Amino acid sequence: MSWGRIWALNLRQLFLMRRSFARITDLFYWPLLDLFFYGFLSLYLGTEGRVPLLAGVLLGALILWDLFFRVQQAISVSFLTELWTRNLINIFVTPVTLAEFVVAMMLWGMIKISITATLMAAVAFVLYQFNIFVLGISLVPLVTSLIVFAWAVGTAITAVILRYGQSAETLAWSLAFLFQPFGAVFFPVSVYPPWLRPVLLIFPLPHIFEGMRAVLAGQPLPSPQLVWAFGLDAIYLLGAFAFFAFMFSLARRRGLLLKLQD
Amino acid sequence: MTSDAIEVQNLTKTFGTTTAIDDISFRVGAGEIVAFLGPNGAGKTTTIAILLGLIEPTRGRIRVLGRAMPQERQAVLSRVNFSSPYVALPYDLTVDENLEVFARLYGVVDRRTRLRSLADLFEVAHLWTRRTGLLSSGEMARVNLIKALLNDPEILFLDEPTAALDPAAADTVRSLLVRLKEERGITIFYTSHNMREVERLSTRIVFLHDGRIVADGAAREVVQQYGKKDLEEFFVALARSGHQGLS
Repeated sequence: MSWGRIWALNLRQLFLMRRSFARITDLFYWPLLDLFFYGFLSLYLGTEGRVPLLAGVLLGALILWDLFFRVQQAISVSFLTELWTRNLINIFVTPVTLAEFVVAMMLWGMIKISITATLMAAVAFVLYQFNIFVLGISLVPLVTSLIVFAWAVGTAITAVILRYGQSAETLAWSLAFLFQPFGAVFFPVSVYPPWLRPVLLIFPLPHIFEGMRAVLAGQPLPSPQLVWAFGLDAIYLLGAFAFFAFMFSLARRRGLLLKLQD
Repeated sequence: MTSDAIEVQNLTKTFGTTTAIDDISFRVGAGEIVAFLGPNGAGKTTTIAILLGLIEPTRGRIRVLGRAMPQERQAVLSRVNFSSPYVALPYDLTVDENLEVFARLYGVVDRRTRLRSLADLFEVAHLWTRRTGLLSSGEMARVNLIKALLNDPEILFLDEPTAALDPAAADTVRSLLVRLKEERGITIFYTSHNMREVERLSTRIVFLHDGRIVADGAAREVVQQYGKKDLEEFFVALARSGHQGLS
């Protein structure tokens, strides 16, 4: 694994971002809109005294959700960028390995979200006096678990795009939202019908967000939730890598790498 | 006798029920300039893509620089390069940025010096900070060639290197290729639809039709063998009527 090549792929994304107003605004436009909406909503509900913890829960969930979605999207869109710029062949005739390519996409997700999350945390603190760091040391495993799952989803989506080309690009923006209503992001698992709960718990998100709510309620981070989240993360990430490798192999057998650029 | 830069034995590629490459074998010696010719759909691009590890062959044995492809893909790709006018460098980046990225991908040591020397060789230093999308076809071709020479490749795969260039720009590119072969001993394996260019540039041609090799030799010998006036006439006869056109 060459970190020089991995960095080169990310440097290209940084160059592209620097030259694209749309790419720069993408870093903060939607995240900030979400933050304004949920922030003022939770302020209103909080001041009315209806749900004292609501502001923290909503804003914490929003920031973590955005982190998940943005990392996933960054991975898929960095691959789409290679398609849009007709650069995929140029990349794959260099000594870049498949593993380096995937790691580069994951790293790009981290770079982008570092910028977005910092901005969101700062705005949430200034406008709503919500400090995401009240989660303390618990924030580290929660965010780590969330990022690993985002890597897995982003890699899997990219694998589908590799197979079906730009006709599947809408998945980059839409698939993650499937997890929003069913990921116990803004409300606890107990809200769902009993028959649905075991199904939801096969994904890491409900475990992560239940953990976040427990910490915000002043309880310690529940270890079983964390173990489940990381265990599931590992399964999904390995599955996503295997799926991507399979799709890449299929693309090479069927000559799809050339057709993707047509 | 030259050692083989490329060795292809009994290569076959099928896509479903379609046979794109049908049991072809050929060798390219080190330092040769070989034109890989044939009508559209003959299988040229597929073959080059297989040689570069972009497509997996159905059957056959391929060795590039003595290494098995695609099994030793990474080792091979660090010693070869590819350029095509149909595979663009990202338009939004400047020439400098694009080449910087590819220099890093190829692990070029002392990138600045290498880029500067190539910029001088191709006379594009004045384009360095220009956005790639704003280059003319001729400038783009030269920048693409710089990209293809970044890692000082032993084999250069070129897909129609002078397509879409005006005669003057095409002539410049051809001269540069000849110079590269003479000064650096690079093996060049390229496709072209410009038969005059092929006659001028190549030491040998390999002619593909319907996925099969129908001629392999020096352009002049092939033309004489089939009693044609020149390579253009040979190409047209073969493309229009297949093997019957050659009789």
